[in-house]
Formats: sequence, structure tokens, C-alpha cells
Amino acid sequence: MNELLLVVTIAGERVALPAAAVESVVELDTLIPVPRAAPHVAGLSALRSRVLTVIDCMRSLELGDTDCSDGIREAAVVELDGHHYALIVDLVEDVVEAASDPAPVRGAMGAGWERVSQGMVETEQGPLLLIDVAALVAGVEAKAAA
Amino acid sequence: MDDLIADFVAECREMLEALGSEIVAWEVQPDDRARLDSIFRFVHTVKGNCGFFEFPRLEALSHAAEDALADCRAGRRVPDGALVSAVLAVIDRISEMVSAIEAGEDMPAGDDNHLIDALAPGAEGMVAPVAAAAEAATKASAAPRTIRLSVELLDRVMSTVSDMVLARNELARRLRESTSDVPVDGAFERLSSIIAEMRDAITRTRMQRIENLFVGLPRMVRDLSAELGKQVLVDIEGGDVELDREMIEMIRDPLTHIIRNAVDHGIEKPADRLKAGKREIGVLAVSARQSGNQILIDIQDDGRGIDGKKLVEKAIANGVVTKDEAAQLSPRDQLALIFEAGLSTASEVTAISGRGVGMDVVRSNVERIGGIVEVDSKPGEGARMTLRVPLTLTIIPALTVSIAGQHFAIPRSAIEEIVRANGESVTLEHVGGAGVATIRGRRVPEISLASVLGLDSQVDEQDRTLVVLRPAGGDVYALSVDRIHDHEELVVKPAAPAVMATGLYAGTTLADDGSPILLFDPAGIAAVGGVKLEVQERTARIAEGPASTISKATPVLLFRGLDGGRRALRLAVVDRIEEVPASAVGETAGQLRVQLGEAILPLAGASAADIGEGKVRLFRLNDGLHEIGYAFAEVIDFATIEHDIIHAERPGEISGVSLVNNEPAELVDAHWLFANHTGADAPKQEQLVCLIPDWDPWMQNMLRPLVEAAGYRVVDDAENDKADVVIACLGEELPDHASHKTIWLRSEPDVANTKDFSIYRYDRAGLLTALKSVGGGRGK
Repeated sequence: MNELLLVVTIAGERVALPAAAVESVVELDTLIPVPRAAPHVAGLSALRSRVLTVIDCMRSLELGDTDCSDGIREAAVVELDGHHYALIVDLVEDVVEAASDPAPVRGAMGAGWERVSQGMVETEQGPLLLIDVAALVAGVEAKAAA
Repeated sequence: MDDLIADFVAECREMLEALGSEIVAWEVQPDDRARLDSIFRFVHTVKGNCGFFEFPRLEALSHAAEDALADCRAGRRVPDGALVSAVLAVIDRISEMVSAIEAGEDMPAGDDNHLIDALAPGAEGMVAPVAAAAEAATKASAAPRTIRLSVELLDRVMSTVSDMVLARNELARRLRESTSDVPVDGAFERLSSIIAEMRDAITRTRMQRIENLFVGLPRMVRDLSAELGKQVLVDIEGGDVELDREMIEMIRDPLTHIIRNAVDHGIEKPADRLKAGKREIGVLAVSARQSGNQILIDIQDDGRGIDGKKLVEKAIANGVVTKDEAAQLSPRDQLALIFEAGLSTASEVTAISGRGVGMDVVRSNVERIGGIVEVDSKPGEGARMTLRVPLTLTIIPALTVSIAGQHFAIPRSAIEEIVRANGESVTLEHVGGAGVATIRGRRVPEISLASVLGLDSQVDEQDRTLVVLRPAGGDVYALSVDRIHDHEELVVKPAAPAVMATGLYAGTTLADDGSPILLFDPAGIAAVGGVKLEVQERTARIAEGPASTISKATPVLLFRGLDGGRRALRLAVVDRIEEVPASAVGETAGQLRVQLGEAILPLAGASAADIGEGKVRLFRLNDGLHEIGYAFAEVIDFATIEHDIIHAERPGEISGVSLVNNEPAELVDAHWLFANHTGADAPKQEQLVCLIPDWDPWMQNMLRPLVEAAGYRVVDDAENDKADVVIACLGEELPDHASHKTIWLRSEPDVANTKDFSIYRYDRAGLLTALKSVGGGRGK
């Protein structure tokens, strides 16, 4: 497998996003909150005249809140069903090549991680958890409803 | 009509271009079914369109070719070389004719019969095509300069321009931070305005009024109904709804098809209509409106309706549904069967609905753009089709409001009025924790936007503004917001599912500064805010009961003044409307007057500069004694004043402002008009008569106008017995006057001898006082 992976840090954990799904990496400065929306929807932002729905990955994973008070956040932009989302991450590190197919993680992960996991992939930087972007965007409630 | 022809020509051209290679391939392989089909489709389309326009030759040609090709498709005939060349000759001729139509010329000369004959089976080889029209193509086309662009390209341009706006904003920020440089600022301002203009233009390229779609309908229905021997009246409404250009193109075919169906199968023949107790003329109402985040297009006819049972029978016969399934269908589901493939209730296929698409294609076309088609029908009373297409990319007028510092937009269409919570006719109360606003006696549930959204508002409840909303459902509620900002036209895009899931929003949009704004769905807010709509409406009416009986609706005439102002005039004072040539209006004796037949009336509502050339339209106002004219540009409507009147600060032509038909209108003060325009124009029978010696030129030329302006009729010695007052110079000998007063004038200003009661002849005030005292004396 030569799939490219974007290595990001969420909640202090290094994980991989399929690079093909990621359109760009941006720094968000403005964030317009969406009252009454699901908690993991941090708000709206604009990128090149497109509205981005900003997803707080920490909350989506039920790992607490991302502190947005200092203003600028790094985010990976993905497109899903014609809508653009910005996933707030702690840090965007690198792009690496996957060295293996995703394999199930046999250890016990947190419930949040379990929900978004696509398995573990081997890379030259060691094993990384491959994240299901759609599950991350859907957040807690969609899973509960399903 | 020209538009339709242009469309027809464009369509033919496109098809001809596409056919170019097909024809060649077909020539090589006459039995190629796919080629045959596409050529058949072309002649079929041409034939169909010719039915609307009067191109008999074109129709005869395409009809003949269609017949020959239909035989081939049905396997009754094997295409051979002779047929291919005959068809090709027909297509060439059609192409020549289309060119001629495009250039607005006469049809190329020549007889088409040999072409048609050549199509017959067993016909001899082709006659060489007539070259008569070859030169027509070389002539310059007179069509307007337009080009066709793909919408993708426009999209790209639009998004680039939007990026440009954002870049400009960024630059503006940087410029503000750095030390200011006047030339740089100037250049930047210029750039800014150019970008704004460009964005405006590019946005508009994608938007079109739905009118463009509707404009061809009356003609189409007329032709259709004439062909079918029916009488149909088309009623079109809502042409000003704006829709994405692409969207308009996408709904053009489905709409056309639904209308054809309605005329063909829905509306009965006049005789049948009379039998059914209806008017001979069928009515086809087409209306467009915006509802929430959708555009609704209703096509309603008063024909025989759709027979659900027949549909079910047919569906069972065609195997679309099983008998068991059919038994469980609700009446609505039965009607919905019309959208299944291969179903039509018409017993015969007619030329109108044709061999072409069915309602199943209509539905799939509409669904492809994210829309819905709904059908509703009452047998014998008519049918209604509703196309719901998404608002995506449509511009909607919206009001931006803010709550706790965050901006939101409310679609303007849902807003009924805006009042201040602490306004005079508004009270805000809480009943068991629920807000109730009483606006001019009407109880309306009040929702605090802050609590719906869970935000902390810094603004005291009494200082907020209430936006009275009537969502598509039709029940009113008041939404309290911190502040009202601006009225903007927004391009709305759908929001992500996670945002839509709240039920509060209809979409998102970008404000001018590039930041996202959420657009509210008024019905959604009501639902989330817990307004019980139906219950509310009933109780509200009870509360309103006594109040509505004393509400004084004053009928007014709504019109546009010459200066463009929207004004209203109480209907009772308007006698009638007159139209006069501009030459009948003139500034005479210090004020504008208009000649109407024998009478000269003061003219209000205009200044001399306003009267151009041509005709002037005016109201003739009457207060029982006097008449005056009031010039206007156009009558808008009859209306009533139901809202409060905001009175003007100072008395003047305008007494106040009020909402009339939901837009502000100035109320013209008729009392003021009469007070200021008729002061001196006492009617004839009450006029006082003044005698001025006719031999004195000073008196005649200087004094007489003054006396007349004071309301006197001036006579000379011949009529001296009628005079109420005589004006004479001191020392003159008076003619023999019996009873009237005399005003003596002297020529020296200084009053040397005060014994007489003479007035200095240039003492205007004194003169007028003296004249008035005469009038007053007689009045008593």
C-alpha cells in the first residue's frame, strides 16, 4: 500500500488521516459559533469564499474541548458530500507513506477513538491510527442515532 | 415570440452540429440503430417546434422525414442508400431554412416536393440539391451579440471574484495598520469599487428572474389550446422571483411538459366544460414564490383532474404495482403513480404530449436538481402540480440582526413587521414563563432569540426589537433580537448536515467582509422555540375580536408622485383623474395652475420643472367648494391604512407616514393643500366686486392685479351699480354711487393731513386691509 497519510496530532496523540481526503491545511482565524448545533461543531469559518464547518476533533472524540481562545488554530480541510469541513487539530506534522494495510487494533482504545478508527497502519514513523474522516465529522450524536 | 424563435434556432443549430458526424457515419452504415435514433430525434424536434411557429415548409419536410425514419425504426422498411441521401438532403434543406430564419430573411426559394418525394420507398435517386439558398449563409447574421458559456466557467469566475474580495479585505486591513499614504489609499479605493462592481455583475450573470421562463408560456398555451380546440387563460404570478440561471434551464423542460399535459389532458373542451357547469374558458395558473429555502412553482388548472383509480388500474395492468400494494395506496399515493414510468391516463397519445417524455422524466429531471414534484387533484375540479426546487445559490433579500454580538440573517419574505419592544402600541408580558407580545391589540407569542440560541444577551428585554415573522406555515410570532442591522441581498448556500440538524437554519452565506452568516429558517425557530402555532392563531383572534371592530381602515389611493415618492391620498377627496397636455399647465400668478376645460385650477404636487412634455396626469380634488389639481406619475393601487400613522413634525403637504401595503407611503394632507392653494380663489358667486376707473392706466395696470388677487372681481364704470367698493384717487370726482364704500388713494406717502382716510397708493398692506374690511363687512 502506498497510500499517503497526513500525520496530525489530536489530543496529544499522533494519528493519520488519508491524505487523499484532505484538500488543504489552513490556519483558521475567525470562528462564527453555530448556536444549538451539536457540540463538536465548533462553528463556521470561511476559506476562499466557501463556508467551512469547523469540527472540534477533541469534542468529537469526547476527549474534552479544544481551546480556541488564542485565536489561530490549525485545521485540515476535507470535503464530504459537497460540504467542506475544517478539522481542528493540535498540529499538522508530515505526510508519510503507508507501509501496510490497516489492521485492527487489538488493544482497548477510548470509546471516541474506537468510533473513528479505521485500523492501525505501519509507517516508517511507526504504527499510526488511521482515522475515518466521516466518522470524525459525524461526531457522537450521529453514532448514537445509528 | 422572437425569444422563442431564437431558442428554436439555437436548439436546431446545436443539434445540427452534433448531427454532423452522425450523418456521415449513418451514410456508411445505414442500419446503425443509434445513428438512426439521433437523426430521428432531430427531425422530430424540428417538427414539434414547427407546430408553434408558422413554418409550413419546414414542418412538411421534417414530417416526411420523420415518417420515413419511423418506418425504419419500426422495421417496416430497411434503410438504403437512396433513403439516406434523401434524408440528408432534407436535413441540408432544414439547415438552410434555419439559417434564413436566424437572419430574419425569407425562406430560400425552391420547391421541397422533390425532396419529400425522394423519401418515398422505391423513389429514384436524388435530384441535385437546389443551390438557390447557398448564398444566404454568407450574409451576416443579425442576431444579438451573445455567446454561450458553460456554467462551470461562470462558477469559476465567481469564486475567483469572491477570493479577490477576500484578498482586498486582507489588503485593506494591512493598509489600515501601516502608515497611511494618500495616493495608495486612493488607488486602493478605486480598486475596491471596481471589485465590488465586478462581483455584482458576475453574481447577476448567474441569476435570472423566473419571468424569463414564464414569458413564453402564454403563447405556448395559446397555440396549444387553439390546436386542441380549447380555450385556456393563463394567469402568471411571481415572475420577479430570482433563480439561478442553471436552475431555470433545468426546470424549463419539466415545466413545459406539465403545462402541455395540463392543457392537453386536464382542461376539457368548451362544450364539456359547460356540461360540467364550468366556464367555457379554462384557467391555468402558474405562480412562483419563495418559501423558506425553496422556490415553489405551482401549476394549477381547473380541468377534469386526475383520476387516481384509473391510474391504479393502469399501474396494475403495467405491473408497476401489485394488486395488494395497490389496495394499500392512499389517495395521495395513487396520484403519485402518475410519475411512474409508462403511465398515462390519456386514452390516446396526442400530437401534443407526443411520443416524447412522460411524467417520470419530469420527476427525474426535477429530482436531479434536488427538487420535488408534488401532485394534488380533485376529480372534476382540477389538478395542481407543485415544483419545489432548492434555493441553493439563489439570492434572497434578508435582514441581518444581531444577538449577543453575533450576526444572523432572517429571510425578508417571512418578516411581517418590525416593532420596538418598548414602543407605544407594544407590550411585552410573561405568562407562565412564555413571552407574549401584544402589538396593537394582537396577542403574539414572543420568542427570545437569545434563549432559543442559548446565548447571553446584554440588551435589556424592553430595549430589544421585535421582528414579527410569518413563516411559510402562516402563523405569526415575534422574535426578539438585540439589534436590527441591515437589509442585504445574500447568496445562500446549504449548510453542512450537522448545522442543518439543529432545525434552526436554512443555510449559510458570506457577508461582505467574508465572514460566514447563518440564515434562519423562521418556521424552524418557531418549532424549536416551542410556539404552538395553531392554538396561538385561534386565541389571538379572540384577543383581537373587540379591537378589530374599532380599527379604522381608511381607504386611500396609492400613487407615485412626479418626484417618485410613494404617496397616499384619502379616496374621498379625489373627484376624478384627468389627463391634460403639458401645455395646459403653466405658472401663472405666482403658482402652478392647470387648465381643465373652462376652469383653471391650482396645481399641487408638482413644480414647474417637473412638468415635462407630453401628458400630465392629475387628480381633481374637491372639498365641496373648491377644486384643485394634484399631479402624479402613476396610480399604484387602492389600499387602506391599517397601520399607525407617524405624523410629520411640521404641517405641510405631507401629514405623515404609514405602512400601506407593507411599504411606507407619505400621506398627503388634503386640508393643507386646500388651505394653501385655494386661499384667494373664492368661487365666483361669492366674489366681491370692485370698481376701478378704467381711464386710469396706473389703476388698471398696477392696482387691478392686486385687487383681483385679494379675491375681487374688477369692473369699470359701465357696471358701477354692482360694485361693493370703489377705489379712487384722492381729489377725483366720483361717479354717482349710492351705497358702497370708497377707498381713497393718495400719491404722497407722508401723512400731512390725517383728516381723510386715504391710503398711500403703494401701501400694499394698508390696501389689502382696507379691501378685507370691506369683504368682512359684507360677510356680516
